[in-house]
Amino acid sequence: MPHANALYGPLDPAPDAGYENPPPRMGFFTDTSVCIGCKACEVACKEWNGVPESGLDLLGMSYDNTGALTANSWRHVAFVEQPRSAGWATPAFEEQPDGPSVSPLTAAVGARTGTDTGTDPGLSPGSPAVAARMSGGPEFLGMPGAQPPGRGSGAEGRTDFRWLMMSDVCKHCTHAACLDVCPTGSLFRTEFGTVVVQEDICNGCGYCISACPYGVIDQRKDDGRAWKCTLCYDRLGVGMTPACAQACPTESIQYGELDELRERAAARVAKLHERGVPEARLYGHDPNDGVGGDGAFFLLLDEPEVYGLPPDPIVTTRDLPAMWKRAGLAAVTMAVATAIAFLGRRR
Amino acid sequence: MTDETPSNEPVGARFREFRAGLDRPDGKRHRRPRGRGGDGGEQLTVPPADFASYYGRPVLKPPVWKYDIAGYLFTGGLAAGSALIGAGAQLTGRPGLRRVGRWTALGGVAASTYLLVHDLGRPARFHHMLRVAKVTSPMSVGTWILAAFGPLAGVAAVAELAPLLPQHGVLGLARRIAPPIGNVAGLAAAATAPALATYTGVLLADTAVPSWHDAYPSLPFVFAGSALAAASGVGLIAAPTAETAPLRRLALAAAAIELGGGHRLERQGLTSEPYTHGRSGRLVKAGRALLAVGAATALVSGRSRVLSAISGAALVASSIATRFGVFEAGRVSARDPKYTVVPQRERLAENRSTTRL
Repeated sequence: MPHANALYGPLDPAPDAGYENPPPRMGFFTDTSVCIGCKACEVACKEWNGVPESGLDLLGMSYDNTGALTANSWRHVAFVEQPRSAGWATPAFEEQPDGPSVSPLTAAVGARTGTDTGTDPGLSPGSPAVAARMSGGPEFLGMPGAQPPGRGSGAEGRTDFRWLMMSDVCKHCTHAACLDVCPTGSLFRTEFGTVVVQEDICNGCGYCISACPYGVIDQRKDDGRAWKCTLCYDRLGVGMTPACAQACPTESIQYGELDELRERAAARVAKLHERGVPEARLYGHDPNDGVGGDGAFFLLLDEPEVYGLPPDPIVTTRDLPAMWKRAGLAAVTMAVATAIAFLGRRR
Repeated sequence: MTDETPSNEPVGARFREFRAGLDRPDGKRHRRPRGRGGDGGEQLTVPPADFASYYGRPVLKPPVWKYDIAGYLFTGGLAAGSALIGAGAQLTGRPGLRRVGRWTALGGVAASTYLLVHDLGRPARFHHMLRVAKVTSPMSVGTWILAAFGPLAGVAAVAELAPLLPQHGVLGLARRIAPPIGNVAGLAAAATAPALATYTGVLLADTAVPSWHDAYPSLPFVFAGSALAAASGVGLIAAPTAETAPLRRLALAAAAIELGGGHRLERQGLTSEPYTHGRSGRLVKAGRALLAVGAATALVSGRSRVLSAISGAALVASSIATRFGVFEAGRVSARDPKYTVVPQRERLAENRSTTRL
């Protein structure tokens, strides 16, 4: 007999999937307020799981050149630059000298003053003409400017700014649409309550990809199958920490028992609010949300959509009983229409 | 090691592609330009919403299904409708129409199977679909419906070859027992046909794709109507005109089901925009216009061979346009973060205001 909340609502997924006396549900709490955007998690994940490279290119939108979670990126560090100050911080440029160099000539002179290391990434030493050109202001070349923000724009055009960094990952939903719609049984629920794809079963039908409300699971182009974060199922089995959490230098990614992580997250939000960061909020922690709570949840400093997350995802299978009813009604209509058409006059 | 980006792709190609779809370089607020691409000066039904997104990138992954699946929506519906017509003709003594119905059903289901297997990322593993049966997966349900329908439709069609067999001997025996077997198989295929035609509505709706999911009350009816229209169309073209009177009524019923059940497609808020605008919108509109024309022509065609063929062609074309239009609308809605973020924001605002009261 399926659980009353089998499709929607709070639920402990591992017992619901048939495990007897499973271990506690494990998950991630990603605290973006201490993320420094180093991408160690992205690298560690690729190393441990043997994920192919994602192609080397510049996206030109921010320091994020991964872009999104894909079949070949199971961790993705989002990077957002916003024209506002970070929480309690002093506005970035208060009482600092502003404006560009007085003249291209000054900039060119300045370029010569430092000790020439031969690798200076700033103004080219020993080349006054190039230095003068570079001091003229930012030229958008598909990369964020190399100058400090505001140098080229003058005092009036200058704004406060803050950087938001967030390491995104598969949410390991309580009600995982990808798992529910998988027609081969390739996706399964582990004893830890996580969701894993069996690569030897997946036949690349692509249904899970359309079903995921977070746009996480993805098809690998040259391979045809669907891939996503396994929450390092192989490491969990022997009591090890997942590679990304192990590699995180600031403990932005915290791994542990979900109940304990939720308590820790609530305490962290309370502390941030107390210290003057009112915009701190949790995302995906609530077992009453549209997916029954995420196994991997986050502390964010802005609205979810700023980080590329859906603000109020609802698992599509919530409406599945209603969908089958409509399909049944349509099927009956179709049969009746045909019967009536054939029972009518012969000509 | 594999590389997603071909090595000959110039550095910055992804960037230029990204910039082409973005109007503000800072990406903080993403505002869609009015009348993008071929939309010209069309009035939007919903005012363009101002919303935040991650540099204008989609929240969802667009469906990876190729046009194979849009094609399957058509061929699967055609097979289902034809099986129903074949059974109707069988029970009312119209042998010409019965033959056309059964052969079209077999052709449709064969094409469907090919398209479905071809669309898989790993076609050689198509049989993994048969490992499990899950009601929570419309694709699994559909696999089993097809597995039941396909062989039945095949037997019914092959039984039509009985008159070609010799009168005597073992083959003569086969000649005598084939028609009753074909009749049973034809009726059984027709019994599963309505499920085959309508489950595809659930297949598309049970996704996070905004325009498909929000259309779940309409899609099964649109697809049921479209299936009957396509099958009536083929019957009107291929069957003897003396036997097509039921098809003329059926075409009218198909139009009523599709237009009546589908009128809500345009009334589901922001996510109905892809059904009314752009290429997907034009396809859906063309499908409806062709359906109206086809059904009206069928009514007046009488025993005119030419008019029957014209109306049949319009009905078949209508079904193709509708299927590809609906398919494309879903892909459009998944690619633009607007269709994901704005409705969810509205829902949150609504919930907040009701809890406050």
